[in-house]
Amino acid sequence: MNPIRRRTFLHAAFGTAIAAKSAPPKPAAPAGGITDVNVHLGQWPFRRLPDDEPAKLAARLRKGGVQQAWAGSFDAILHRDLAAANQRLALACQQHGPDLFLPVGTVNPTQPGWQDDLQRCTDQHGMKILRLYPNYHSYTLADAAFAKFLESATAKNLVIQIVAQLEDARTQHPQVQVGPVDFKPLPALLKAIPEHRVMILNANRSMTLTSLAGTKVWVDIAMLEGVAGIENLLTDWPANRIVFGSHAPFFYWESAQLKLQESDLDEAKLRVLRFGNAQALIGLV
Amino acid sequence: MAIQKATANSRPNAVAMVRPRRNAFATMKIWDLHCHLSGVAGLTPEERLGNLLRYADRVGIERLCIYMGMKWAQDPEPDELQRQNDDVLRAIAKHPDRTFGFVYLSAKHVERSLSELERCVANGPMVGVKLWVAKRCNDPQIDPLITRAAELQAVIFQHTWFKTNGNYEGESTPDDFAAMARRFPKVPMICGHTGGNWELGIRAVKPLKNVWIDLAGSDPTAGMTEMAVRELGADRILYGSDGGGRSFASQLAKVHGAQISDEDKQKIFCDNLRGLMQPILKAKGIKA
Repeated sequence: MNPIRRRTFLHAAFGTAIAAKSAPPKPAAPAGGITDVNVHLGQWPFRRLPDDEPAKLAARLRKGGVQQAWAGSFDAILHRDLAAANQRLALACQQHGPDLFLPVGTVNPTQPGWQDDLQRCTDQHGMKILRLYPNYHSYTLADAAFAKFLESATAKNLVIQIVAQLEDARTQHPQVQVGPVDFKPLPALLKAIPEHRVMILNANRSMTLTSLAGTKVWVDIAMLEGVAGIENLLTDWPANRIVFGSHAPFFYWESAQLKLQESDLDEAKLRVLRFGNAQALIGLV
Repeated sequence: MAIQKATANSRPNAVAMVRPRRNAFATMKIWDLHCHLSGVAGLTPEERLGNLLRYADRVGIERLCIYMGMKWAQDPEPDELQRQNDDVLRAIAKHPDRTFGFVYLSAKHVERSLSELERCVANGPMVGVKLWVAKRCNDPQIDPLITRAAELQAVIFQHTWFKTNGNYEGESTPDDFAAMARRFPKVPMICGHTGGNWELGIRAVKPLKNVWIDLAGSDPTAGMTEMAVRELGADRILYGSDGGGRSFASQLAKVHGAQISDEDKQKIFCDNLRGLMQPILKAKGIKA
């Protein structure tokens, strides 16, 4: 029997018991290549994407020079059985790019039993990063459940990615309209947990200028718009808090790559943006 | 910390290796259909266009089409239309070899718009027409503008969106645009933004052979260009950015990142627009 098929069978048959014994190997730390902190595996609910098969996405990322991709699960956006979504994600990363994909689990802190999801992510799947979708999961950052989650995850030394938005509100499906996350409650929460490692994915310039201003969070460049966008962001946002995120395969991966070219960035800034900041962050975990 | 750069005789160090290839996508000739003087730094139109061109150079864009002025107006009064066009005239005068100007018109002010067409296109350097959101283009009130623009062989660009959360009152949808295009079946015209919701916009204009689509001004959602090529053919698709509000990078990626042939990419990046412009460029004696 093909060893991969055997492993697939065992996971399907015995679920978490097997997963606990076979935590995925850690991808090797990139030596100069790109760390893309914002990719998803699985299928976008509203259309097929050209690279929505893991092997295709892996090929695209490798071709662009990505050496490590922090991969969340599209299933986790709307599915309620997040334990299963996280397990499928861990398996997909292991099967299609154990040296490339770093699985990023999802927890919904308003769901019953979220603590169990959190524990499975860390203990069974060896995850160091968790991704939250507050707007798709119907809670705000002012909810007590979020504060409790943030405390628990920070106590476990995890990196927390909060997805600000996934899609322009103007192009969303008319029956599934989800606004961007309101970050106004975040600064006060983070002050109370200074050791946090919170990263915002798909933030736009308006967010960095207003509700996120002054916070010690990391932001990626996937939804940073405007000509010379990174150059402009650097006028009021520290270089050591910006990371490379593409939002592939929902976005063309080349968008993020070309943003590095559109701004005038010296070697030191390119280095931290492409991999240095993300690797320093994950290195602390 | 000082950063040591690699030299021709040295072993490349880790820092030197991180610089992306500046010419990673340099094999394509690129004209940008859709640029503005907003969203970019500069106190004057000349300064803003200078900055736009500086950024365009970094990503390999040769020429920019410019429309609308320093401060946007969705429903401009006649004098405001003229001010906006004056800004563009000032800006493109500094860079005639890198830019094309489009005159901003409003179907709410037909007489003044016709006089702006004469001033800026018939008797001026501009080569195209921009119609935005003052009045929906399914209303035949716009027809005198289209008729005169066609006589001048000007490139006609109409903004369109199918916004899930609702259009502005005067904002055209691709369906409105299709109604206008059917009234002028022999006049080439461009469906701006492909309606934003491109899966719908492409369908709305597919049967209309006098219609081209503009890729600009929406998020770089993967699959957009592939669907457009599949449904319309590469000959009817035009690259544009909607910069400075949009990043050149995100919009270029819609073509650079699409799973289509290099030949089709070149058509979309420049050849199709150049073909559309040739009649008026030739009439004005502009070689490009």
